[in-house]
Amino acid sequence: MSSFWKNLTKGIVKSNPTFILMLGLCPTLAVSTSLDNAVGMTAAFVVVLVLSNIIVSAIRNYVPDRVRIPVFIVIIATLVSVVDLMMQGFMPALSKSLGIYIPLIVVNCIILGRAEAFARRNGILDSIADGLGIGIGFGVAIFLISFIRELLGTGKLELFGFKLFSIPGLDQNPAAIFLFPMGAFLVIGLLLALFRQLGVSKYE
Amino acid sequence: MNRLIAIFFGMALVNNMVLVKFLGLCPFFGVSKKTKSAVSMGIAVTLVMLVASAVTWPIYYYLLVPYGVEVMKTVIFILVIASLVQIIEMAIKRTNLTLYNALGIYLPLITTNCAVLGITFINVDQSYTFWEALVAALGAGSGFLLVLLIMSGIRERLEYADTPRAFRGSPIAFITAMLLGLAFLAFKGMI
Repeated sequence: MSSFWKNLTKGIVKSNPTFILMLGLCPTLAVSTSLDNAVGMTAAFVVVLVLSNIIVSAIRNYVPDRVRIPVFIVIIATLVSVVDLMMQGFMPALSKSLGIYIPLIVVNCIILGRAEAFARRNGILDSIADGLGIGIGFGVAIFLISFIRELLGTGKLELFGFKLFSIPGLDQNPAAIFLFPMGAFLVIGLLLALFRQLGVSKYE
Repeated sequence: MNRLIAIFFGMALVNNMVLVKFLGLCPFFGVSKKTKSAVSMGIAVTLVMLVASAVTWPIYYYLLVPYGVEVMKTVIFILVIASLVQIIEMAIKRTNLTLYNALGIYLPLITTNCAVLGITFINVDQSYTFWEALVAALGAGSGFLLVLLIMSGIRERLEYADTPRAFRGSPIAFITAMLLGLAFLAFKGMI
């Protein structure tokens, strides 16, 4: 059981996929304009990552080494198609606002990376823990970035139409640059520097 | 003809793959430290985008649409791109060894480049015709090459700059990308 917790927690801070490993940045930066998007993206991502880890781990003794990458890609692509269809069916508005970034989870290096580096060498339970941990780490990162961008870019925070709070003054004259694509670059650049200053990540 | 020109510049400058759509960020930050490798990577990506668009378009409209299985596009497209990259790599290795030495190591990386898969999805989403899809791919590739080239030039200079310690390496690269994005925002009024 201790290895379960160790695998679960390591993905959140020590090997956070976004801030430490800097993998899979495309969806993190592209959809992090609102908290709704962050929830949707994280949900889709965690489901695909955990399921792909389970399947890869379950078939790890049967897949020949030489063809493993194509096999992993087909597994991931199938799971992504399933999640994409589910989102189109049950959450059409969210699916529309995430757009092509849901099918693009296929080429997200984190998922293939976990299959290659972890799931094909470890048991199913450990692979679930690893998938959950990395998924939560991804979620934390995308939430943090969306939080900052939505708060400064619109002056208020909303979650699925439910207003959480607003900053007086800023909601009339929001700093719209944070909602523009380059706002994402600015936020992640400053966050990375801040984490180094605080000693969470290492200097180069 | 006007529409083709609009698509080309729209893809290359206004809706730039890297700065606006956030596709292909891994090579953008990974390969932009030296101008020479940036150019090789940009050309390789443009080439694969063109071939991938030319191959996935007929597959989508003559195979997936008639049988009503458009939902399979994610699986089919990634497999097609992965095998295409392999074939292109072998073809270049056989025909032009100089080109292979320049582009060789970048080609396998392109399989998991979201910009390539992204352009095939965009072609389908925007329901481009075959020629429009090709022009869109060319525009997206040129835009990628352009931004990669500019970025590598800036980063080569940044090496000598006295950056604050916490910003060295990737954080300052993100800030540079943000300034580059601001500059590219000016193209918005063009089309």
